[in-house]
Amino acid sequence: MLRIEGLSKTYRTGDKALTDVSFEVPAGQVVGLIGPSGAGKSTLIRCINRLVEPSAGAVHLRDLNVTGLSRSALRQARRRIGMIFQEYALVERLTVMENVLSGRLGYVPFWRSFLRRYPGEDVAKAFQLLERVGLTEHADKRADALSGGQRQRVGIARALEQDPELLLVDEPTASLDPKTSRQIMRLILEICQERNLPAIINIHDGIRAQSFTQRIIGLQAGVVVFDGPPAELDDKVLTRIYGEEDWTAMRRGASEDDEEDAREREERLAGLV
Amino acid sequence: MPVSTLNGQPAWAHRTGKARLALWAGWLGLVALFVFCWEVMTENTIWDFVRDAPQQAADIGSRMVPPAWSYMDRLWWPLWDTLNIATLGTLMGIIIAIPVAFLAAQNTTPSYYIARPIALFIIVASRSINSLIWALLLVSIIGPGVMAGIVAIGLRSIGFVAKLLYEAIEEIEETQVEAVTATGASGAQVINYAIVPQILPAFAGISVFRWDINIRESTILGLVGAGGIGLQLQASLNVLAWSQVTMIFIVILATVVVSEWVSAKVRHAII
Repeated sequence: MLRIEGLSKTYRTGDKALTDVSFEVPAGQVVGLIGPSGAGKSTLIRCINRLVEPSAGAVHLRDLNVTGLSRSALRQARRRIGMIFQEYALVERLTVMENVLSGRLGYVPFWRSFLRRYPGEDVAKAFQLLERVGLTEHADKRADALSGGQRQRVGIARALEQDPELLLVDEPTASLDPKTSRQIMRLILEICQERNLPAIINIHDGIRAQSFTQRIIGLQAGVVVFDGPPAELDDKVLTRIYGEEDWTAMRRGASEDDEEDAREREERLAGLV
Repeated sequence: MPVSTLNGQPAWAHRTGKARLALWAGWLGLVALFVFCWEVMTENTIWDFVRDAPQQAADIGSRMVPPAWSYMDRLWWPLWDTLNIATLGTLMGIIIAIPVAFLAAQNTTPSYYIARPIALFIIVASRSINSLIWALLLVSIIGPGVMAGIVAIGLRSIGFVAKLLYEAIEEIEETQVEAVTATGASGAQVINYAIVPQILPAFAGISVFRWDINIRESTILGLVGAGGIGLQLQASLNVLAWSQVTMIFIVILATVVVSEWVSAKVRHAII
């Protein structure tokens, strides 16, 4: 599905962000990309849709070599890759609906997007997605009138409006409170399952990533130092990625969070009955 | 260093002794310079003229009141011209300034080494020449009248609007641009969806602010023959009709007050 070969990125300042990164993501797999701040996680997922131009290496989306594309071909490739951002990155002064519809920009001609005359099926899809993320009644509000969690839901709907074959998710919960973070994370995972959508999720908290992804890739200073199932992510590996920490205590904190999470879910179900 | 040790205790002062001394010396130098400049400035002053200035002012003042209220009948048309010069001139300036601003902003310019310097030069050239001087030039090129006034105001406005607008473009949040680009949007779509919504409030504020300035500037363009109420002002000044001059002052004052009120309202509504 996605194949990355020998990807390297050296910024003009001389900082080496990525060194010879290679891995493959099969269809339907959710990969957690973990590592400390500055390890190159954001650079890596931005190299996949070339928001950051890689210095060397290749990115293949199915049989398409993304790194070799011309400008217009790159636009067509980008619309197949949905992206969700850390600070939501919504256009604040546009409405929720306009933000979701902007996911179709790669498909519609300029005049349609300029006059906001999107094809009927695009609008219908946007309504469906807003219902899926629970924001139907907010469609007409301006994006900056929403709370953080609601904004990220709009971000998710915008990415899905593209009909993506791959989802790139950059620290989706970094600016949210713990409870909202768990809700957003659960929503992203549910959606990936529903659509059999492969995803790469950047997350700096390795222990949290362990509990919800099928595979973990650990980055340290731009180099892949771990690639395997979450169960193999033991204290030794974590220390290699992050440096020395009291992992037992961190795990205890994470499992308490999970228990709270489970309790919340039960309460919600009880409320429904 | 402001932090020092005094009797074994750490002590802090806003400035060190040396810095205080330098500051005093600086102020002393400034005062000396002012005294010197005053000497040079008043060298050619004929003090007899200055001494009877109050009487002269009182004399003109007495001739200025009461204002010639009936003169108003002949001011409506020049006033209309003045408003048109300001509004159409602003419009012309804005239309030209928008592309110039996008060429000048570092994050939207198509070429950093060719288009950007040209755009910056247009901005500087337009800003460095006062609209009165533009009007003088244009009156001799396209002849006297409202047209010269409109073009003069327009040319002067390009630089002002373009400069403030390109600064607004450079201050936008790049993540929004990144997000729209990631959907596969074209360059024009990125401008339409990610940049325009972010600069729209600034753009509206700048335009209304410039219109407000242009109302004031267009009242004097008539002095050099570029149409509007200034033409009337010059005519009245030439024949020493001081009560008519007062009337014109009142009209200008009222116009400016109204335009400030309108621009404040509009800016408030948009931002």
